[in-house]
Order: sequence, then C-alpha cells, then structure tokens
Amino acid sequence: MIQATQTEARFAVDVRGLRVELPGGGDIVDDVSFSIRAGEVLGVVGESGSGKTTVGMALLGFARGGARITGGTVHIAGDTSTNMLALDSEKKRLLRGKTVAYVPQDPASALNPSLRIGLQLAEVIEAHEPSTQRAEIERRIEAVMAAVGLPTDKVFLERYPHQLSGGQQQRIGIGMAVILAPKLIVLDEPTTGLDVTTQNKILDVVKKLCREQGIGALHVTHDLSVIANIADQIMVMYSGRVVELGRVETILTDPQHPYTRALLGAVPELRYRTQLTTIPGAAARPANRPSGCFFHPRCPAAEPACKAEPIGFTEVVARHWVRCLNAGSGCGTRPERLPDPAMASGGKPVLDVRALSVSYSNYRVLDGVSFTADRGECLAIVGESGSGKSTLSRALIGLVRQQASTVLFDGTPLAPRARDRSRQQLQAIQYIFQSPHNSLNPRQTVEQLVGLVYDTFHRTDRNRRREAIANVLSQVGLTPETMNVFPDQLSGGERQRVAIARALAADPEILVCDEITSALDVSVRAAIVNLLKELKARRKLTMLFVTHNLALVRNLADRVLVLHKGEVAEIGPVGEVIDRPRHAYTRQLLANALEADLDHRVEAPQPALRA
Amino acid sequence: MSSLPTLHGPTWFLAFREASRYRRTRIGIAVTLLVIALALLGPLIAPYRPDAFVGRPFMPPGGGFLLGTDFRGRDVLSRLLYGGIPVVWMSFAAASIGMVLGVTVGLVAAYSKGWVDEFLMRVMDVFLSIPLIIFVLLFVSLIGTKEWLVVLLVGVAHMPQVARITRGVAADIVEREFVQFAEALSVPRWRILWREILPNITTPLLVEFGIRIVWSIAGIAALSVMGYGIQPPNADWGLMINENRGRIATRPLPVLAPGLCIAIFAFGINMIAEGIAGTISGTSRKSGGEA
Repeated sequence: MIQATQTEARFAVDVRGLRVELPGGGDIVDDVSFSIRAGEVLGVVGESGSGKTTVGMALLGFARGGARITGGTVHIAGDTSTNMLALDSEKKRLLRGKTVAYVPQDPASALNPSLRIGLQLAEVIEAHEPSTQRAEIERRIEAVMAAVGLPTDKVFLERYPHQLSGGQQQRIGIGMAVILAPKLIVLDEPTTGLDVTTQNKILDVVKKLCREQGIGALHVTHDLSVIANIADQIMVMYSGRVVELGRVETILTDPQHPYTRALLGAVPELRYRTQLTTIPGAAARPANRPSGCFFHPRCPAAEPACKAEPIGFTEVVARHWVRCLNAGSGCGTRPERLPDPAMASGGKPVLDVRALSVSYSNYRVLDGVSFTADRGECLAIVGESGSGKSTLSRALIGLVRQQASTVLFDGTPLAPRARDRSRQQLQAIQYIFQSPHNSLNPRQTVEQLVGLVYDTFHRTDRNRRREAIANVLSQVGLTPETMNVFPDQLSGGERQRVAIARALAADPEILVCDEITSALDVSVRAAIVNLLKELKARRKLTMLFVTHNLALVRNLADRVLVLHKGEVAEIGPVGEVIDRPRHAYTRQLLANALEADLDHRVEAPQPALRA
Repeated sequence: MSSLPTLHGPTWFLAFREASRYRRTRIGIAVTLLVIALALLGPLIAPYRPDAFVGRPFMPPGGGFLLGTDFRGRDVLSRLLYGGIPVVWMSFAAASIGMVLGVTVGLVAAYSKGWVDEFLMRVMDVFLSIPLIIFVLLFVSLIGTKEWLVVLLVGVAHMPQVARITRGVAADIVEREFVQFAEALSVPRWRILWREILPNITTPLLVEFGIRIVWSIAGIAALSVMGYGIQPPNADWGLMINENRGRIATRPLPVLAPGLCIAIFAFGINMIAEGIAGTISGTSRKSGGEA
C-alpha cells in the first residue's frame, strides 16, 4: 500500500483504497489509491470498462447505475480530517461544483440548450454563493471567459449553446467548472468529440488554468497522446484496478507493467511506421475476472504465481507504483520499426476521380477533387471535420445524389447514385462506417447482417451460404459461433470486425473505410489496423482510409491525400507528405498532431517532489 | 462471447418476453386471456340459447337465471357468454386493419421524406379531422349495418393515428447508418422498410396496437350501444347495454355485467401495452458502455 508521505505538499485530492461495488456484489473498482497535487494533472488511462470513469465520478461522490461507493477515503484540498465520501448528501452537494467540479465529455448535451450561456455561468455562482452581488458575478464571468479564451463581451454571453462551436461549448463547460475556483476538477474525455486543432487548444486551456489557479485535475481519457501532452502523473487502469501509477516521464519512457508496455506499443508513431503491438483476448468483465492478476491470461510474461493470489501495489522506484510480480518484463516498450512502403510502379488506376464536386444548395462541400488510386494501394484521406472527407467517401459509394463528377472505376464511369450502378460496380466498392454501433442493425444477427451483403451478390444454397459467412468471419478473426449473436452482445472491436467481414462478403476490390478506428480503444484499434494491413496484402485490396489521425496514416497508408475545405491540398507518398509537407495546411495539421511522447510537449511536467 | 445466451425469435416475441418481467404485463396477459377464454368457451357452457325467450322480462337473479333475464326475458348469463366473441374478434380485426394501413403509410412517409411524406401526412390529417363515430355512421347509413363494414371503418379510422406514431418512431431509424448501408447496396426499398426499419420499431408499435385494441373495443361497443353494431337478436356486450338501459335503475345487472366485461378486457390489453411501453423506457435508461 501507498503511505501518505507527502504531508508537507498541498494535495488537491488524496484517495485511499477506493472501492465501488455493483448492486449484486462484486466490485467495479477496488484498491484505488492516488493523490494529485495542487496545479497538477493526473491522467487516467484505460480501455472501456476499466473503471476509469467510475473513479472520476467517485471523486464527486457519485456512483452510476445502482453501484455504490463502499470503501475508501477521499480527502480534498489537504483536509485530512474530513472524508468526503462519508459526508451526508447535502454536504456532498455543497462540495460539488464549488470544491470539486466536473467537465463532461459532451458539452453539447451538458449545457441547457434553451438558456443563454451568460445565464448558465451566473447560475453556477448563484447556486453556491447566493449572496453574490450582480456586479461581482459579472466581473467573475468576464474573468473566467478570458481565462478560457472566449470573448468577454455581452453579445457573446447572450448566445445560446447551439450558436457556439464544439470547442467553444467545451470552453464554456470548463469555464463553468472553474468559475468557483475549485480545488479539483474531474475531466471525462473532454476532447473526444473535437478536432485535433481544437483539442490542443482546449488542453492548453486546462493546463494553464490548473497551473495558474492551483487546481488539481483528474483527466480521464483513452487517448495516450492526450495524456502524454497534458499529464504530470499517469494512472493506468485495467479491469477495475490501478496497474501502474507514476510520473509521466517515467511511465512513458520506462513503463513497468506488461499492460502499460503493450498499450504504449499499440500507439502508432507519426515519424516512422511500426508493427503495432496487440494484446490477445479481451479484458474480463467484473463478473468473471480471473484469479490473481487480472491481466495474466493476456500477459506475455505470465507465470504460475501470477494466477495464485491478488497482486499488491508496490513502489518499484520512487513515486512509481506497479501491480505486477514481474515488473519491467513483457513485450518491448518500443515496437519494431518498419520501413515506409515502396511506391508501386504506376499501373492502370482502379479508381480515377476527376473533378468531383458536391454542393448542398449554395454550400460547396467538395470542389473539383481529382485523384487516382492504384490497385492494391492504401490511400489515406486526411482532413479536419468539415474538410469534406466523409462526403468524398460517401460519394464514391453512391450515397451523395448531389455530386457532379466523373468517377471511373476500372475505366468505366460510375453513376452518382448506388441504385443506378450495375451489380459488379456495387460489389467492387464496399464501405465501412465509422461507428459499428450505428452501422449494424441491432435487430439482426451477425449471420443476417453478413448474409444481406452475401445474398445481394451470390445465390447459393443455405449450407454454402453459412460456410461462406463463417469463412469471412474467420478472416477477420471471429469464430463461426459469432453468427448467432446480435451486435449488442459484442464488444466495440468485435462489432467493427463484423462490419469488415460484411464488406468482405461482397468480395470487393475497393474498401472505403470512414474513420473506422476512431471509436475504438487503443489496443483494439491496433488489432484492427493490423487486420486491415493483412487483408490488404492477402486479398490485394485497394483501400481508401479516411481519418484525421496522422500517426495512423503513417502506419497504414501508402499515399496520403490531404483535403482542405473541399479541395485537395496535397497528395503524395506517406513518408514525403508527413516528413516534408509542402502545403501550409498539411504543416498545420502536423503541428497539431499529438504524439505519445514527451518531446512535443509545450511545457515540461512539473518536477517530482523529493521524498 | 460464445458463452453469452443468444436470444432467438422474432422481435415482437422478444419484446413480449422482455415485458413479461413486469407484474403489470403478467396481470394484463392473465386478464386478457381470461376474457378471451370466456368469449370463446362461453357458448359451450351457456345454459340457454342467446335468443331463447326463457322467462319474463327483467327477472331478478336466482331461480335458474344466475344474472336474471333481460328486457325480452332472455337469460342474461347466456347472452353474456355468447356476446364476447363479436367484441373480441371485431376489436382485434379493426385494430389490425388500422395497424397495417397506418404502419405502411407511416413507414413510406418516414423513408421517402420530401413531398411524399408531406402529402401522405396531410391526407392523414384530413382523416384525423373527422370524428370516429361520424365517420362510421356516414358509411353505415349509406351501405347498411354490416359487421365487416364496421370493422373496416373503425380500422380505417385508426390509420392516421398509427401512421403518425409510426412516422415519428421511424424518423430516427431511417437516418441510421445501417439504412444507408443498405441503400449503398441498392437493396430494394420494400426490403429496407420491412427488414431493416420495421424490426427496430416493433416495440412502440406493439404498444400502439394495444392502445388501438382498447379504442376499438370502446368504439365498437359505442356503435353497438347506438344500434349500429351487431343486430338483434344476436348477442353482443355492447348491444346488451343498449337493450337493457331502460331499467338500469332497478335492474342494473343486464347492463353492468356486459359493461364490466368490456372494461376488464380493455384493462387487460392496456396493462400489456403498459408493460411493453415499460421495456422501451427501460432500455433507454440502461447505461451503455463502461461499467
């Protein structure tokens, strides 16, 4: 166990032995201990279901969906006498917002759509400090608006949330959290829905506010590059346990837990291509966790002792704790480097897009986009939201009626609408959507889902059909039994595999992937990327990979097309575009790309305290 | 994953199974089955023919007549046991006709959008502006009191409401990406409506079906009471209320007994609908994602 040694330092929060239980017994998280110093950011990483959000909510005294906080202490702002968890609900309520504040993931749904933002900010103050004078409220709103980098004038404060951009909404969310000068803020993936450029600005704001106002922050995310850029400490969670906790510099350069190592190896690098590390199997749900170390069934360094007893949390070096018997083992921390792909000699292009333009009434989404794709290559299409990259990919499969262009497939023109295309043309180009949650009909089994595509292009008897479906499922790493389940019985990664299998069932030549990894966890994303690479090599697929993640592009693509405001800014081989960008917009994109190392941080982490 | 139990069966069946966890659904199913059983088996156990004059008018209960006799001296119990079938089949049939027509119009409107949607829904609004009773009376007085006609008219009268509900719940689904996926595959439109969209709105439609049955029961009973439903001397709960209402103050049973049967039947159907509606809010309350 960790001893509270740093009594002289000002702690924003000190958590010991936190336990949150499910209604039926069993825990969601247990034995969670950490502390955050004033002005510091603790980044909590973990995959879906690891309990990271549960920990964040527990700091506010909340537990979700029938769960209960059953153990542990939370001391806020160095107040060692009061355990926040033991307070009655009224006292907790007073604490929330004033001493501990929360910034939700989606500001659009957290802000009241029918109240002006100025009023919403004022309400926060009025709720906690009802005697505050009107002039004082206005002064504080002005100060906080300036602090989060928004205009302070009246006209802006008169706006409604929907009149703001996503980034501005999240700034308001942060402003509402810090307006009462709390000691601790909990941020739950506050930048997930935002563009990289906006994300960086938001992260800067959070960082600056924490430093200047001495606020401790708990930043929950599944994005390691975000953590690398903002956190002073990192806490890695796996299946409801903290597996590693330490300073950002030690965890990123010398991770000790095999899970942390695998996680870091699963993050693609921007500067070179790597063989991404994948973790076999899936994380156990709270109901069926293995004995001993929860990670041992998936751990490359597991030994018999790992499954015997629960593993303690030990301090391996100063201020660096690990829950592992073989700390420092497992896969290497830096994955194998691969050379950039050699450019194939130009054959006849399989896809030839000439002057593709799309307009919705007066608004031009795409303006004269031309490019070609060679057989068997992976062409990445990058750009920020609003650049038209999704419209481009949808136009290719015939979902955009408003397109004006010549798109040649194998030398023959494609009709703008899918319904006007021939069977061969429909079969040749398949599309995979961003979110498998939305693109798989929840009322159909996997067999029906894949079968829809199969039946569109094949007529076979029932047994042949089942065999073929089992075959494509096995190609994406799913068992034949998957056929009988519904999508909501599968994990996010498995669902996306089903979506890929469904596309493969058509036996396509071109696979259009629209941000298909953006909703996935780091290690799951690595597995999907490796799968795509393998499929591309094995089936000679041509791939159009739409994404905003440049590191992923480096890892997967042969060539890159940079889309800016509906026009092609730059197109070229992946190494050239990323290492020697020619267009100003590409340079800007690259400058904003976060990397999961410390070299690109704007500001160094705070020096660790000497014990 | 393979250890997970797999649910099989059509979606309406799954919705029922989900709903049967609620006590109100189970009560509803029990009550409804009881009424249906009474209606179906009643003719077999009835002591007299429904149209046999077996006593003096308005005899009190007792002496071979458990519920007394009606205004013509027929056995109230026997007429009650015979009179359920018309109510049950007519209300189910009318509600079914209303659902088929309304769901079709609603689905087509939601999926087509644009002027087709606009046109269909305005037509429905016109229908909606005519009260049920007036609408039915108009045609019944033109064509005559035929059972099939009453069923058809009540069914058509349900259509606009059902169409509006269907369009409302389907509007979200037609925007989902699996529908776009099917469009990109050039899947026939009827198949997209039938296989991709309809299964996703089964639950709210089942609730609506329940509500439509209840309305049909009430509507058809009202028409019978007014003399436009089942014609004498046949037995029907609604008709019985009409026939015997003259002496309701002194001989309430011949009116109360069929009235109670109608009310219990409507109550049962309503409870089932409530239970199924409960599963909808139940799923949306479930927190997805992380534990």
